[in-house]
Amino acid sequence: MNAIYKNVLGGKQGAIGLALLAALIFLVLPMFLDIFRLNLVGKYLTYAFAAVSLVMLWGYGGILSLGQGVFFGLGGYCMAMFLKLEASSPENTAIQSTPGIPDFMDWNQLTQIPWFWEPFNSFGFTLFAVIAVPGLLAYIIGVAMFKRRVGGVYFSIITQAVAAILTILIVGQQGLTGGINGITDLKTLHGWDIRTDSAKLFLYYLNGALLIGVILLSRFILSSKLGRLMLAMRDKEDRVRFSGYDVSNFKIFMFCTAAAISAIGGAMFTLQVGFMSPSFVGIVPSIEMVIFAAVGGRMSLIGAVYGALIVNYGKTVFSETFPELWLFLMGGLFIAVVMFFPNGLAGLYEKHGKPALGKLIARLRKPPPLEPMGNVDVTPVREAA
Amino acid sequence: MSSETDFTLAIEDLTVSFDGFKAVDGLNLYIDRNELRVVIGPNGAGKTTVLDLICGKTKATGGSIKFKNKELTTLSEHQIVRAGVGRKFQTPSIYENLSVYENLEISYPANRGVWGCLAFKRTAEIDQRIREIAAEIFLQDALDMEAGLLSHGQKQWLEIGMLLIQDPELLMLDEPVAGMSVKEREQTAELLNRICKGRSVVVIEHDMEFVKNIAHKVTVLHQGKILAEGSMDKVQNDPKVIEVYLGH
Repeated sequence: MNAIYKNVLGGKQGAIGLALLAALIFLVLPMFLDIFRLNLVGKYLTYAFAAVSLVMLWGYGGILSLGQGVFFGLGGYCMAMFLKLEASSPENTAIQSTPGIPDFMDWNQLTQIPWFWEPFNSFGFTLFAVIAVPGLLAYIIGVAMFKRRVGGVYFSIITQAVAAILTILIVGQQGLTGGINGITDLKTLHGWDIRTDSAKLFLYYLNGALLIGVILLSRFILSSKLGRLMLAMRDKEDRVRFSGYDVSNFKIFMFCTAAAISAIGGAMFTLQVGFMSPSFVGIVPSIEMVIFAAVGGRMSLIGAVYGALIVNYGKTVFSETFPELWLFLMGGLFIAVVMFFPNGLAGLYEKHGKPALGKLIARLRKPPPLEPMGNVDVTPVREAA
Repeated sequence: MSSETDFTLAIEDLTVSFDGFKAVDGLNLYIDRNELRVVIGPNGAGKTTVLDLICGKTKATGGSIKFKNKELTTLSEHQIVRAGVGRKFQTPSIYENLSVYENLEISYPANRGVWGCLAFKRTAEIDQRIREIAAEIFLQDALDMEAGLLSHGQKQWLEIGMLLIQDPELLMLDEPVAGMSVKEREQTAELLNRICKGRSVVVIEHDMEFVKNIAHKVTVLHQGKILAEGSMDKVQNDPKVIEVYLGH
């Protein structure tokens, strides 16, 4: 029991940080936001899955994937395919030349459902595929790259190429994938309408619970010997090899785990937003995910969640006012984080927030106010030498 | 080509060439069980390359390396380590951002697969072994210290300790006393004399005083070939060795 407390929750401070995050997601936000805005927050939180996966992969493992959008997108597409098939019942699509197939297939003169769509009639298979399809792709990329000791910047470039390739593939195969528009008009899940307010509220809570679960899982992995080994590998890969470990297997495992986590986020995105399109797969969204992790703090699982929330909130606000400027602002933000606060918000908190909070507590001798920015993962921030 | 031998390590006709330059050229080297062999030679003689070849960091162009009659040239690094070969690098190669304890724990030869690492637990047995090794390498009081904060000499010892905890049958040390103070050198010589019992050790070293202190037998390398081999006295008085190495 004690070991669980220490390893999964991260001790007292980790438990407090997690409790504050849970309170924010489950109580504070639903209390103050209407369902439209809450749904928006739910969408931001699906990106947090990708950001959390990058903390593990990039922050701890030193493996910078610029293609997390691929796995986020694949998870989302798997879910969207199931929902689309359900939304394309013969009654709903009676006006098509071939009723009973998704509308975009009909527009592209397809007359039957392609073979790889067939299994997505089963919800069980879909849930399996949400994890397995991105996991398998990550495994193939991982084996091809890490067994050949491709690493560092070369690996990043290749993941980016994969993101570009997948986007082009999806856009090009309009009849099979819905093309640039993506898979839209998703309606029900086993007859349960996902567009209603009550469904949106339920999905928001489910999303929050999954996110907390993923953070706990990540904490468990990082606090095991595997976590220490990842740090060791980031520092001295050769030494790990000469201590008798097959380094590539560990990298493959981390890459697959990160892919699966991102994919859960993607599937929840589809459910909450109601569609999936290639614009969540490509290079730009993949890099945005890295920025969420960097802003939140690449060594902090909880920081990554705040990073995703804040940057996305900023994006919504700014892109409404200055649509052209947003990408420049995003680039500037990334440069600023790398140059001035490399450990992100979590690092700032460790450096300034925590001492100030300590002083405040000492002065007031009472617990500090609930401050969403104030709770940060307690995993010690270990800088690369 | 090569046959079964009683040697711990039998290197025969080993050659490696980098773009036509033969860093190691037809080398034959035999290390006995429980022997402590020192390899000396001028810069660029191929000493470190030989260790790289044995531990799998560099792939041989030709020839064979047999460890207890097991061919090493076809194995990958971690398989060679698991077979019982440990290697210390020239510059201390330790995990600077982990504690001394964690450095030794990672080196402990158990649970080396992905799932094994997830299931790994610190048992009393592992803890005891880590403390034993730490005492042996003079770091028993620094277990909780971050390894990056150790002095240069202590880092060298820690790396030796990381090898010792694996209990390798062949231990290879590349310049273990480089950058150490006189007192640290003496301690290291004593440490080496202690740990070479029950295993074979290959040491590369430039410090002749230190070599005299520890060597059973000395091999002099020059341009990828063996120039001389034998006791310290014999080698020191060899005119060829004086010419290319000791004389300068």
